[in-house]
Amino acid sequence: MGTRSNPEWLEDLRGEHPDQAIADLRKVLKRGLIYALSSRIKTDLEHQVEDFVQDAILRILDKLDTFRGESKFITWAQKVAVRVAFTEMRRKHWKDISIEDLLPEDSGDFTPLVLSDPSPDPEKRATQESLLKMIDQILSEDLTERQRTALLAIMHGGMPLEEVARRMDTNRNALYKLLHDARKQMRNRMLEKGLSAEEVLAVFENK
Amino acid sequence: MKLSSETIQKIMRSVRSTQDQELDCGHCYDELDRFIEMKLSGINVAEAMPLVQEHLDRCPACREEYEVLLEALKALT
Repeated sequence: MGTRSNPEWLEDLRGEHPDQAIADLRKVLKRGLIYALSSRIKTDLEHQVEDFVQDAILRILDKLDTFRGESKFITWAQKVAVRVAFTEMRRKHWKDISIEDLLPEDSGDFTPLVLSDPSPDPEKRATQESLLKMIDQILSEDLTERQRTALLAIMHGGMPLEEVARRMDTNRNALYKLLHDARKQMRNRMLEKGLSAEEVLAVFENK
Repeated sequence: MKLSSETIQKIMRSVRSTQDQELDCGHCYDELDRFIEMKLSGINVAEAMPLVQEHLDRCPACREEYEVLLEALKALT
């Protein structure tokens, strides 16, 4: 994992001749990413990883002052490289997909919530329908449109948080906060209605 | 609006795991290198850094990055 200590990495990367330290860092980050991403990137792995590492090194050099020294420098640098790689992979994967493409049909209207795969058991189906009504009411009346859109894009559409954030002109942290507020609101409203998430799960699991 | 029972379950699991105080993605990222080194040293991270563990349990994007970082660091040891 390299023989430099944290202060040595910082000193070498900040020095007048950082080329050797950058080359060493590049080698380490590349080895880690190639190993870790080999199951996710099926074509041109080495070339793609080289691009990620190049961008990561620029980011690392730019953010050196934010390294708090609470871990090994290489652990921190590899964390930055993984974030750079995922940002790029997610952007590429979702580039032609809008949030609207991912939302359930009629999600903009206030049509009643319907289960696409109800239980074959009539008694259970009736319970599901009654719970759906309550969930529908909470989604449509207690969440803002922005909360509902983000929640459905992630839970129904499977879009990662940062990609939803990009499309909603916000950032990952702000979107997390928006969703945290939405979840708390849902939890509290459900409790007011005498309902827990656990009970709902029991009805929708093992149809 | 049509939803599958899988989506309802995902929403309900996220509601079930909701805490009043949660770490956001940025704070989780800030702590991740320390968290992962503890994990690699065999420390019980769920006890040592419960807020980070809880965030990773609830946020698929952060969890995915954590798992890949763990793999990358294993390749370097």
